[in-house]
Amino acid sequence: MPSSLQPGAAAPTPTESKITVRDLNFYYGKFHALKGINLDIPANKVTAFIGPSGCGKSTLLRTFNRMFELYPEQRAEGQIILDGENLLTSKQDVALIRAKVGMVFQKPTPFPMSIYDNIAFGVKLFESLSASDMEERVEWALRKAALWNEVKDKLNQSGSSLSGGQQQRLCIARGIAIKPEVLLLDEPCSALDPISTAKVEELIAELKTDYTVVIVTHNMQQAARCSDYTAYMYLGDLMEFGETERMFFKPQRKETEDYITGRFG
Amino acid sequence: MTEKHLSSQFDSELNSVSARVMELGGLVESQIRQAIHALSHFSLESVKQVAVMENRINAMEVEIDQDLSTIIARRQPTARDLRLLMAFSKATANLERMGDEASKMARMVQSIIESGASRSLPTMDLRVAADLASGLLRKALDAFARLDTTAAVAILKEDDLIDQEFDGFVRKLITYMMEDPRTISPSLDLLFLAKAIERIGDHSKNLAELIIYLVKGMDVRHTSLDQIESALL
Repeated sequence: MPSSLQPGAAAPTPTESKITVRDLNFYYGKFHALKGINLDIPANKVTAFIGPSGCGKSTLLRTFNRMFELYPEQRAEGQIILDGENLLTSKQDVALIRAKVGMVFQKPTPFPMSIYDNIAFGVKLFESLSASDMEERVEWALRKAALWNEVKDKLNQSGSSLSGGQQQRLCIARGIAIKPEVLLLDEPCSALDPISTAKVEELIAELKTDYTVVIVTHNMQQAARCSDYTAYMYLGDLMEFGETERMFFKPQRKETEDYITGRFG
Repeated sequence: MTEKHLSSQFDSELNSVSARVMELGGLVESQIRQAIHALSHFSLESVKQVAVMENRINAMEVEIDQDLSTIIARRQPTARDLRLLMAFSKATANLERMGDEASKMARMVQSIIESGASRSLPTMDLRVAADLASGLLRKALDAFARLDTTAAVAILKEDDLIDQEFDGFVRKLITYMMEDPRTISPSLDLLFLAKAIERIGDHSKNLAELIIYLVKGMDVRHTSLDQIESALL
């Protein structure tokens, strides 16, 4: 069959996977929130998780840096392999894992300190840089997050003096300042106006040259705009995973199509 | 479009534009039939009717395009909704072009009538081809409304028949012209007429390809029938 006859786009080109998820089950107490998830997150690509509220997309994201361990009644079983090591059973310091797998949350969470220190704080935990190297790193991170020009003259002001969109980009700058390998974004734009959203999306596109980005979003158009791969989840199951282009043109499963065309419910 | 969207407004927008496209299809179909009538009865009245319908068809094409742009701007359709609107947009353009071909037919009929040579020409064969072409459009519109890919494949096959009729007709016309050079001028009109009919068949074929695109998400343009059939299995 010629490739033009394949449903939707051509078959995905095999890319190296950064995170490999195998038979992942997740429980909130007795509630079975993720059911046998198998998934390969491609390296240096943007992968989006979409699905209705409660489908497990944020839960799945939070397993990637063991964020769930903050809560005693939550547990994960299975394998999440990053660089050949199962994160779930790893003896590595969880802080080191989180340095490798950074996260940005739905609401901007600047630390109650200056813009400069917001960035430098995390870096100091993992590296001892000279003052000038640190200055360089802070500028690099802020430039990467497309925030430098807006804050370069007020680095000593409090991070919370910034607008919501700027705060979110500050958090992204903070996340990338420690040079993680994977960046997890949990609804990074849901509290932002369209212009800030566009800037963050622009940033996501740039970040993937250096990082593997995983984004959870309720905004289907955002997934369509800025991701390379899209995973549709429903009630703890991974329903369909594929190239974003194909997922939004001709998904294989009717459930996926019903959701992305707004027929769900 | 049996299953409803969460937004009933979106559903009614899609239903309304869908109805408009079908209405346009019906209009083009009756315009083609009017052109065939003009040909088989050498009727100047029918020639006039075809021109009147042409104006309505053109106006409808513009309106449907506007509706489609509005829906795309407001709804950012995806997946089958996206394919549906893309298919409507292309179907509308194809239908309008069919209308142009019907007008061309009418103009040629008028020219033949004015030449006074209408009695001596082999128009009967052409009427058969024209009926085939208008029947094909009817089937394409039905298949579109029912999202029937099996019928779409049948249409692709049937268009080949019209193409064969056309080739046969051209050979016959050449014989006429060689036998009696006085028939050359009206024969050329007839040739253009035959070409217009053949084009109408091609546009119906395009509609059939759009049905497969819409239902299966496969672009089957410039693909052989064998390949299409095996891909649909």
